Amino acid sequence: MTTTLTPRRSRPPAQPDSLRAKRLPGYAAPALAVLALLVSAGLVYGVDLGGPVLVVVLGALLYLAGLFAAANAVEGRRSARNRFWSALIHSALVLAVLPLASVVWTLFSKGTARLDGDFFGSSMNNIGARDANGGAYHAIVGTLEQVGIATAITVPLGVLCAIYIVEYGRGRFAFTIRFFVDVMTGIPSIVTGLFVLAFWVLIVSPWFNDGQPGFSGFAAALALSVLMLPTVVRSTEEMLRLVPAPLREGAYALGVPKWKTILRVVLPTALPGIVTGIMLSIARAAGETAPVLLVAGGGAAINFNPFENNQSSLALFVYQQAGEASKYSPARAWTAALTLVVLVLVLTVAAKLLARRNRLGR
Amino acid sequence: MAKRIDATDVTAYYGGFKAIENINLTVEPKTVTALIGPSGCGKSTFLRSINRMHEVLPGARVEGSLTIDGQDVYDRDVDVTAVRRMIGMVFQRPNPFPTMSIFENVVAGLRLNGVRKKSILDEAAEKALRAANLWDEVKDRLGKPGAGLSGGQQQRLCIARTIAVEPQVVLMDEPCSALDPISTLAIEDLMFQLKDKFTIIIVTHNMQQAARVSDRTAFFSIEKTGDPGRLIEYDNTQKIFSNPSQKKTEDYITGRFG
Repeated sequence: MTTTLTPRRSRPPAQPDSLRAKRLPGYAAPALAVLALLVSAGLVYGVDLGGPVLVVVLGALLYLAGLFAAANAVEGRRSARNRFWSALIHSALVLAVLPLASVVWTLFSKGTARLDGDFFGSSMNNIGARDANGGAYHAIVGTLEQVGIATAITVPLGVLCAIYIVEYGRGRFAFTIRFFVDVMTGIPSIVTGLFVLAFWVLIVSPWFNDGQPGFSGFAAALALSVLMLPTVVRSTEEMLRLVPAPLREGAYALGVPKWKTILRVVLPTALPGIVTGIMLSIARAAGETAPVLLVAGGGAAINFNPFENNQSSLALFVYQQAGEASKYSPARAWTAALTLVVLVLVLTVAAKLLARRNRLGR
Repeated sequence: MAKRIDATDVTAYYGGFKAIENINLTVEPKTVTALIGPSGCGKSTFLRSINRMHEVLPGARVEGSLTIDGQDVYDRDVDVTAVRRMIGMVFQRPNPFPTMSIFENVVAGLRLNGVRKKSILDEAAEKALRAANLWDEVKDRLGKPGAGLSGGQQQRLCIARTIAVEPQVVLMDEPCSALDPISTLAIEDLMFQLKDKFTIIIVTHNMQQAARVSDRTAFFSIEKTGDPGRLIEYDNTQKIFSNPSQKKTEDYITGRFG
């Protein structure tokens, strides 16, 4: 064995003599994009397979490959990788925003047809299949009452539960609560609907109702609050954990009792995040159809009383109108969907503003 | 109103780990006492056990007796919040409450303990801010957030917040380690003034600072990592820095160790 083994030296990257490097001209990327689209259109229509969607998809792939090749040839490997990945990231962004933009556009283009006073001022009571009017007043009332009650139940419960877990809970009991909150996150809404149907509507409500089980908006609110609870607990918990320990210690060192420290220092610091979590849960609850259908029963007439008789909600209204055998109902469904989205949006913005008012301006 | 502190056989644990063992120390009223020693030797742990902040961490506990003017702060029927009101604390990093203005930060201790009257709060805020040498810098922007001040100002704000509740003793846990030399000087000057009214105990890694500001110095050390910290020597600052009686102390302050 006479072969000498020369160890492969790992050299540091060579120092370039100049700081300047060759760059693709500025028009290269857009030109490549146009070229890629043209080639892909030629290919797709040449073999007569598929339509414009395939052209765009194939064009995007060709563009990525072409950009990498061109940059590799002119600018070198590192730069080519950089261009490739940033192009990929931007395409991912476009892909993600596309459905969202499409939903908003569809809502507005189809939802504005019935956006009139009649829609907001009347219910579906005595509206037949041939009547063009009719509205969602009863559904809006139902959604506001159900979500309002659900929020009133859930927020104190959820925030207190999160405070227990973060500030007081030690050992196995707190761990168990956390675990079951996590499990609750995964419960399908129809299951909470069935739970409230079995527990509240069929077992408890007959006590108040002369032995007859009764649908009500309150039952729907109960189901919604079961749905909202895990979201509120988990998001509040995360926000409370983000509050730095030195803030708590600073308050303790002033002789402030623990409960007051939590109330006056920890909660205000975490408030904006907590509000965001609550709004997310409200948005989710406002869009739920199944539990409302199961335990509030829906209904065509206006019912202000959430504790008695059937109530509808916007989500349920959309579901019912979308399946109705009337040429006027799809327009009502779209407008109700638009109303629901705008309602949630307004609530979210208002809550954010309120939470911000508590923070001091810089 | 300053008070005397006696520690007898103070031993502190973090769960199963013994951080300090059998510390015996007496701090006279209206003095500045510096605690020095290498990292991990238990200076901060000892400091935090004086106002019962040590037990805030889960699993942490203290044995032995710690008295303030004869009252044991670890007695079963002692109210922790009363102890902490009597023994205030300034932390290593300035920690103003981010949701509160400068004014609200200073009076936080009073307000959260039930003082509502605006005139009392105004007066207390001005007094504390003047005592902390911060009044002139912030008097025109008391409504602005405390987190908007510079690091040195924030630390003086935290000192103002601490002395606004009029404690008897002020504990300082490396109060200048996050600050520049100018802010450090401002805080050292402040300690000289505060000495007239409060008993001050300061943990510091900066030996010049210990020599400058303190009347008495306690040197803590550990044998090796994992061992509990012990008090090696406690004497007048002059003596410790010129003619320490222990070899370890001398090695440490001359820079041969630690």
